[in-house]
Amino acid sequence: MPTFNFLNNKMEKKQYESVIILTPVLSEKQMGDAIASFRQLITENDGEIIHEENWGLTKLAYPIQKKVTGFYHIFEFSAPNDLVAKLELAYRRDEQILRYFTLALNKHAAKYNERRRNGEFNKKKETEKEAV
Amino acid sequence: MSKRKSSTNYVFRNRPIDRGDKYCRFKKSGIKYIDYKNPDFLLKFVNEQGKILPRRITGTSLKYQRKVAQAVKRARHIAVLPFVTDQLK
Repeated sequence: MPTFNFLNNKMEKKQYESVIILTPVLSEKQMGDAIASFRQLITENDGEIIHEENWGLTKLAYPIQKKVTGFYHIFEFSAPNDLVAKLELAYRRDEQILRYFTLALNKHAAKYNERRRNGEFNKKKETEKEAV
Repeated sequence: MSKRKSSTNYVFRNRPIDRGDKYCRFKKSGIKYIDYKNPDFLLKFVNEQGKILPRRITGTSLKYQRKVAQAVKRARHIAVLPFVTDQLK
């Protein structure tokens, strides 16, 4: 999006990836509601969701808040740079969230995610694994 | 893994001859971004206790060792890899 306001780069959109871990005590519906509320927050603030991924109930590598499992959900979106602060504030206020991590994607990461989405990556990873 | 021939490479005669040549796998296969969400791949760069291996062992170039370290630390934060453990492999 071209902008002529150089001092205020709020209009510039960047690509982000956000991983959240929700508590395993939630029901399917509660989890869906929680995710829908964050999705709404993103779209309401001029964000655009590119991709979503749900890993379902996954075992954690170490206990967090005495929980050994958690629901992983990944948002990939492009948004103006003030959205991340709002989103993370909402994460922190939400008690259902055990852990969150948001990353601004550079061009290599964006390209990698696109390839991963298209499913062409699993093969490549495996051949690389065999070669080593 | 090719063995270093001591006859052609007399300068390196003191090196252990049964050690394979090291190379940076990221440079070799053109990987530009290391995914922190993929524990299977990152496991190659940590030891059984979950510590990051030095690049003198893995052969990774400095540029990509920094990215490996960053990815492992991110993976630990989202509980994909453990901070400390006893039997990882």
